[in-house]
Amino acid sequence: MEEFEVPPPSRINYLNAEYGLKSWLLTKDHKRIALLYLGSVTFFFFIGGIYAMLIRLELLTPQGDLLSSTTYNKVFTQHGIIMIFFFLIPAIPASLGNFLVPMMIGAKDLAFPRINLLSWYIYLLGGIITIYALLAGGVDTGWTFYAPYSTTFSNSYVLATGVGVFISGFSSILTGLNFIVTIHTMRAPGMTWFRMPLFMWAHYATALIMILGTPVVAITILLLAFERLAHVGIFDPAVGGDPVLFQHLFWFYSHPAVYIMILPAMGVISELIANFSRKNIFGYSFVAFSSLAIAIFGFLVWGHHMFVSSQSVYAGMIFSFLSFAVAIPSAIKVFNWTATLYKGSISYDTPMLYALGFIGLFTIGGMTGLFLAALAVDVHVTDTYFVVAHFHYIMVGGTLLAYLGGLHYWWPKISGRMYPEGWGRFSALVVFVGFNLTFLPQFVAGYLGMPRRYHAYAPEFQVFNVLSSAGASILGVGLLIPVIYLVWSMRYGKLAEANPWHLPGLEWRTSSPPPTENFKITPVVTWEAYEFAPPEELEVVGRFRRGQTAEGI
Amino acid sequence: MSEHIVPVKIYVTIFLALLLGTGLTVWAGTTDFPGPLNVVIALTIAVIKATLVVLYFMHVRYSSRLIWVVFTSAVFWLGILFALTLSDYWTRCWLSNC
Amino acid sequence: MAEIYATGHEASHPALQHHFENMEQQREAGTLGMWVFLVTEMMFFGGMFFAYTLYRYQFPQAFASASNHLDLTLGAVNTAVLIFSSFTMAMAVYFTQLGRQQLQVLCLVLTIALGLTFLGIKAVEYHDKYVDSLIPGTLIPSRPFNPDVHKFHLLPGASIRNVEMFYWIYFAMTGMHALHMIIGVGLLSVLVYFSIHGRYSPEYHSPVEITGLYWHFVDIIWIFLFPLLYLLGRHLVHGG
Repeated sequence: MEEFEVPPPSRINYLNAEYGLKSWLLTKDHKRIALLYLGSVTFFFFIGGIYAMLIRLELLTPQGDLLSSTTYNKVFTQHGIIMIFFFLIPAIPASLGNFLVPMMIGAKDLAFPRINLLSWYIYLLGGIITIYALLAGGVDTGWTFYAPYSTTFSNSYVLATGVGVFISGFSSILTGLNFIVTIHTMRAPGMTWFRMPLFMWAHYATALIMILGTPVVAITILLLAFERLAHVGIFDPAVGGDPVLFQHLFWFYSHPAVYIMILPAMGVISELIANFSRKNIFGYSFVAFSSLAIAIFGFLVWGHHMFVSSQSVYAGMIFSFLSFAVAIPSAIKVFNWTATLYKGSISYDTPMLYALGFIGLFTIGGMTGLFLAALAVDVHVTDTYFVVAHFHYIMVGGTLLAYLGGLHYWWPKISGRMYPEGWGRFSALVVFVGFNLTFLPQFVAGYLGMPRRYHAYAPEFQVFNVLSSAGASILGVGLLIPVIYLVWSMRYGKLAEANPWHLPGLEWRTSSPPPTENFKITPVVTWEAYEFAPPEELEVVGRFRRGQTAEGI
Repeated sequence: MSEHIVPVKIYVTIFLALLLGTGLTVWAGTTDFPGPLNVVIALTIAVIKATLVVLYFMHVRYSSRLIWVVFTSAVFWLGILFALTLSDYWTRCWLSNC
Repeated sequence: MAEIYATGHEASHPALQHHFENMEQQREAGTLGMWVFLVTEMMFFGGMFFAYTLYRYQFPQAFASASNHLDLTLGAVNTAVLIFSSFTMAMAVYFTQLGRQQLQVLCLVLTIALGLTFLGIKAVEYHDKYVDSLIPGTLIPSRPFNPDVHKFHLLPGASIRNVEMFYWIYFAMTGMHALHMIIGVGLLSVLVYFSIHGRYSPEYHSPVEITGLYWHFVDIIWIFLFPLLYLLGRHLVHGG
């Protein structure tokens, strides 16, 4: 790693450059906006978590005794809507991404700082409207809003929720737009595409999905809202409309949406694995191109959510085949991360624990996705807890773990403080155990036939549900502990130096926390992304560089 | 990328071509052609008109390749939406009577 | 793309934003940003275009009948008006590039006028639909969809139910298009205001350019809407 002067701890950084509510609420600094998002997504995560708690409490017993069926429908619907639209989709891109994208390419800010701030306000507006809908009486259609129940028959606040989700979609679009333009036009001198950290490639691919997919769900929800409000007939069979058209348009976005949720997480994991193994990522180009491949292929598979919706079986076959194909780039990434670990100098800090957990859990989630991609198996397990377990393995075992890992990894940069390592490792283990106890039994229950979205179930499934609910309480505790110590550390944590982990990334070459303009002088980049060893010790193989582990870094 | 100033002559030519295209499409729309040709002709003229607007009024002809890629990707993505969704609707009746 | 990298501190143009290195980078970012936004607009309208495609494929006779009932003359005139406005918009950018402020303002004002003409003609068309009780569903509660079947000229095989679907699509698509035009007129008005105050110059005029991109895009949507909505079944009833 080339020598560079560690900047002295700065008295003035982005956190104390200006004081007062107005300086935060009207900020154009991407780092402050990232923190605004961080606070908001955490808030929505809690709300979604409360609904999760209600679900698991109800499902302790086979009878539907805690909540009525309508209330239960509202609870799982709202759990899904809040978690997906207001936590999973924005969490990593809008907090870690907003913070790091400009820094990792040596820019002073994103391309459009005011649009960045606007995106946060739009997100809040959408969130407030959705919360209003929840408090006013809730929505019970499932987060998927299928017509004709949502358009015609549901007696719940579909319109308000639809409006809230529609508005929040624009937040996503603006974030994606900002990332794409920033990455294309604001890279520092010497920062070529293939010198960017893989976190950047992941966010670029995510931004592509945000741009190309979100508008379609926007128009779909708008049409749904109008159908609710004014009895528009686009999905109404009475005038020749097709409810399945709603499903096609909805899933055209909502399947790529799950890649919006996982790609940034994969970007975080690439950073964690390489950096905590002190080793260049294995197959950088493959991982970079796999991110793009996931983004592109992800748009070709949405019909696998509709195998039993009276979709043509020929279309089903095409979608099934493509769904198998989309697993390949994800698998490539998992192989490359594993190969990176091999002969690495691994340190089991908290971020690395989360990253290792991610690899295992994401693999399980991904492989069970292949079960679902097979048409014949899907007919058996669709709408059962098998599907529920599958996507929670990816979204919680994958995205949430990566989010926590990234948060811990960059915490010194964001806050200027270290978190307590012992507590970090402990809660990572608690989360891992709690998570598996919650969702592993659900695979079995689902395979044995327990349907999803039911508040009552056959007694033979009870043992799995009890295990699951027990696991959920452990998971809840494991997730609560970091909130406490991270907040604690902001005041009482050990002061962090500029580069506490001793890593080559560009974000570590400025103070912790950084100054408002990120870098005192625009850096000129002459090194590769994960250059742990000096250039003369790197073995050059064609266009690929294989880094040796650097002793004593 | 230094800025290219498109000469007025080109703008006028394109404008007249667009008006001509409109007239053509109205004429073709009111004339009966065999089979699906009416749709094909209408869409072809529309695509040509749109292409002229994109290339000359929106300066894509004089812009970087990136802009061209951005625009083409959107068209391609629309293509995905149409093609794969229609793969459902057009094959629904293959197996059973509709 | 080399000039967009840092070349040291040049004398700052007053319009240069602090996070950009130079005006060229700022302009590049603005243009790319507008294009990416237009991509989202294409996908947004794309969903409705698909709904149109599907239902037209499923109910060809009903759609043709309904299409024949639209006023072809008004539609064609509107198309010409919009194309003309695209021309004046392009000329506005041209004059800005040359620093001809008065002609620039004139062209922007003409574009607005043509845009408002389009909207006016659209309003007339909407009013006609209202008069004929063709506004679908109960969008206007006092005047639900209830066309006079004898005056309507239904083609053989068409059901009045599916005719209603055509009008849903018609109003959804032209309504969304009109909304975008209204926004465009608003943006152009802001441009006129700033142009009069001499804010744009040959060195700095990317707001004019990128608004132009938006306006041309709205024109392109209509270039497709016109034949798809107005010319479906004319060839069947020659001259309807």
